[in-house]
Amino acid sequence: MSPTSEGLLTIADGCLVLSHRLSEWMSHAPTMEEDIALGNIALDLLGQARGLLQLCAAETGADEDQFAYFREPQDWRNPLICELPNGDFAFTMLRLLFVSAWLAEVWPTLGGDAAGVAEKAVKENAYHLRHASSWVVRLGDGTAESHRRMLAALEGLWPHRGEIASEQWYARIEPVLTEATLSMPAADAWTQRSSADGWHTEHLGYLLAEMQSLARAHPGATW
Amino acid sequence: MTHEKLWEVFIRSRNGLHHAHVGSVHAVDAEMAVENARDVYTRRGEGISIWVVPSAAIVASDPADKDSLFEPALTKVYRHPTFYEIPDGVANI
Repeated sequence: MSPTSEGLLTIADGCLVLSHRLSEWMSHAPTMEEDIALGNIALDLLGQARGLLQLCAAETGADEDQFAYFREPQDWRNPLICELPNGDFAFTMLRLLFVSAWLAEVWPTLGGDAAGVAEKAVKENAYHLRHASSWVVRLGDGTAESHRRMLAALEGLWPHRGEIASEQWYARIEPVLTEATLSMPAADAWTQRSSADGWHTEHLGYLLAEMQSLARAHPGATW
Repeated sequence: MTHEKLWEVFIRSRNGLHHAHVGSVHAVDAEMAVENARDVYTRRGEGISIWVVPSAAIVASDPADKDSLFEPALTKVYRHPTFYEIPDGVANI
């Protein structure tokens, strides 16, 4: 694939994998309203992933399902932070904030055929960023227990920011963390290596096994 | 959640119409109430504006008063705008 498509694949895979993670919250969210909110966001991300995968697939003569359901873990290019298990609600929301802040930087840079996907995605992502930010502030600046959980989420996620962080990213994250009474860890602290060379955490294999099993058991199935 | 309140949700479906009550949501603060209302009640393009009001701020009539409040209107047909023609082109009546 062309370098451009490799770049698109990072975004598409990130959206698809995070969409799957958020969909795991269905019927488990703390309230019915939040359950629907997470479902909406997961579906937005799924739509964004499809839009980009269709472009990647067109270049190779495959279709989007081939990309979603028949690639092995080492062929996925999502930032590793997207594939981490959901953890608790604080971890899920902080991860959504981190990834949305990254997408807020990358969507506006897409041109050509991807610009059409990006135009819609920018608006959807602005809401995801807003929703995640308000939860991070609410929990960080909430009770002793919610603060403790948000702090634990921050410590757990910070080493996974490597592929998505930039100067602009830190500038978006810092005011939210400050308002949440959490201080931003050092930007030069250790962070994990990229997935660009096919290395993933152990978690992606399990995620794909669940996501891909139906399509692989019944290729071409429709309903 | 422990600190949740109930909020009534009003949606305006398009310009020129009034906000109409559509249901309620749980939320701990006004910001969350607007977001929850957006997520629950505008998923299919139902609205262009949302109001949320704490349910506790709603003052309701007493069901026991229904005879004195509503019964008298039932026999006053002359209050209905049915004695003249509505011109073509007048919408939203």
